[in-house]
Amino acid sequence: MSLYLRDISKSFGTFRALDRVSLDVHDGGLVALLGPSGSGKTTLLRIIAGLEFPDEGLIEEDGADITQTHARQRGVGFVFQHYALFRHMSVFENVAFGLRVRKVPRAEVTARVEELLRLVRLDGLGGRKPAQLSGGQRQRVALARALAVRPKMLLLDEPFGALDAKVRVELRQWLRRLHDEIGMTSVFVTHDQEEAFELADEVVVMNHGRVEQRGSPTEVFDRPATSFVMDFLGAVNVFHGRVENGRAYWHGIPIDYPEYPHAQAREARVYLRPHELELTADTGEARHDTTSLPASVLRVIRSGAITRVACRPHGSDTELQVDVATEQAGMLALAPGRHVAIKPRRARVFLPGPEYTI
Amino acid sequence: MSMASTSPRRAAVRRTSALDGLLVAAAIGVVALFIVVPLVYVFHAALADGVRGWWAALVRDPDTRHAIWLSLTVAPVAVAINVVFGIAAAWLVARFRFPGRSLLVSLFDVPFSVSPVVAGLALVLIFGRQGLLGPTLAWLDWKVIFAWPGLVIATTFVTLPLVVRELIPVMEATGPDEELAAVTLGASGWQVFTRVTLPNIRWALLHGIVLANARALGEFGAVYVVSGHIAGATDTMPLRVEKLFQEYRTPASMALASVLAGLALVSLVAKFVIERQIAAEHRDLEAVRTTGDAA
Repeated sequence: MSLYLRDISKSFGTFRALDRVSLDVHDGGLVALLGPSGSGKTTLLRIIAGLEFPDEGLIEEDGADITQTHARQRGVGFVFQHYALFRHMSVFENVAFGLRVRKVPRAEVTARVEELLRLVRLDGLGGRKPAQLSGGQRQRVALARALAVRPKMLLLDEPFGALDAKVRVELRQWLRRLHDEIGMTSVFVTHDQEEAFELADEVVVMNHGRVEQRGSPTEVFDRPATSFVMDFLGAVNVFHGRVENGRAYWHGIPIDYPEYPHAQAREARVYLRPHELELTADTGEARHDTTSLPASVLRVIRSGAITRVACRPHGSDTELQVDVATEQAGMLALAPGRHVAIKPRRARVFLPGPEYTI
Repeated sequence: MSMASTSPRRAAVRRTSALDGLLVAAAIGVVALFIVVPLVYVFHAALADGVRGWWAALVRDPDTRHAIWLSLTVAPVAVAINVVFGIAAAWLVARFRFPGRSLLVSLFDVPFSVSPVVAGLALVLIFGRQGLLGPTLAWLDWKVIFAWPGLVIATTFVTLPLVVRELIPVMEATGPDEELAAVTLGASGWQVFTRVTLPNIRWALLHGIVLANARALGEFGAVYVVSGHIAGATDTMPLRVEKLFQEYRTPASMALASVLAGLALVSLVAKFVIERQIAAEHRDLEAVRTTGDAA
């Protein structure tokens, strides 16, 4: 089913949780609502489910207005953050619940529940109580329970939030495969960008009740529309610089910025991702080269395959994080005090003040 | 390992001082003097003329028979009203945020802080013949004060906080998510209540019922005022016990008192069993909330 939301607003008292949010989800899509806490992503999900109603705006499902339709009639499957399994019921009864309240014949219920327990790889655990399951198993029961009633759409609120790191990655990959198998339109909420990028076809980045940007994971990551998106999606170095004549300058290094062709210089912020900076040994040439910046190493922190190097550009009191492959860090013999040259492979410029969007 | 873990405890036991012993003795002494001795004495006095005498004292006197019957009907009705009110009020308080919510919660406690006699008098002033609703009730030909409905109202009033107080914390701890999950799965309001809410609060509800029932059976003050103390008509068990005692019919009084005490002991056992169940359910809730990955 396809879903279309137009100018949805919602306030709780004086707090504006959603401010004219529009969104469309195409049939069979897997969309991530990504944002920090308080960004309105969970409220939006609950509005889609019919658990909350918008103060303003319109929701259409395959062209029909469902804005005032109650959750009970919406036919969406909802997986709660803490799963909200019925504690006093067995796994089997949890999954069967939606069928039982619909008075589905007994034999059909048994067949459907067993099929679903196989699908989520919990066959044989139907007799257990939720308290006797691991976190990952509970999550799959919640999923099977939501799928039992053949919903038109699946909504997941922080589906991996309460799981251990390892289980989280496994379940994420499994859920992606499951989605490809059953092809159900799905929307999930997360604050973890890695999770959003790995799982979703489309990422909607939210902040302060508004949509900052939407697009494929690649689009959002490579071409962040706002400084917030840039900041939120992974580590970043932020510097104050200036722009003029289609160029921004960072420590004298020019960066193309055709969006500002004016001659009048203006303040700008330059964003550099740690992995988009190149580190070389300072051979002395850097001092005369306008494309790289001489700096000295402050700290070297190794975390597995990546080594994070904190540097200070010469003649500056700012600090800069650079990610290099651990192998390369070894070759450069990086240690505090060592002189290096930093070359930005890529930089992004945002004008401060009223949020600038492309 | 086991040596290391047990030795400090042994040391602690060995270090028990004279003061500790004194406190333990004092606690046991107080419990014995104020709880065990009176209770045992009630049964001892009740059975002074043997089991036959005890039985005769209970069933021979029609007024005593009526008092037993009255108590055993008034209490369940009051408890039933409590259950309906308690569930509705706890649901309101635990699931909704509205202005005056904490004031409402405080008002639930009024029956605990007001003397039952005062409550009884207030009821007389409202429902009595000269009272606020007196003319209306007279016109409807409903007798409330000095009659059965007055007993129910007074008993309900004094027991009102018991069920709702038990339910609010449980419903708040459980949270609304299970109920919302049931709604998204297509359950109607009634189905959500009977299949999800009620099973989750069942032990707390039963606990409240046991407490309310024990209190309802034992209530004296408020009921004393509204009943008019009419033997064979509005005397409940506690009122009858007092009346028999005043009439120097101590064995009969004690026989009836022993029935009340026996019912209290049954309540106590029920309460103990239910509290164990609540603790088990609480462990389940905690387990479901934690991340702990067994598999």
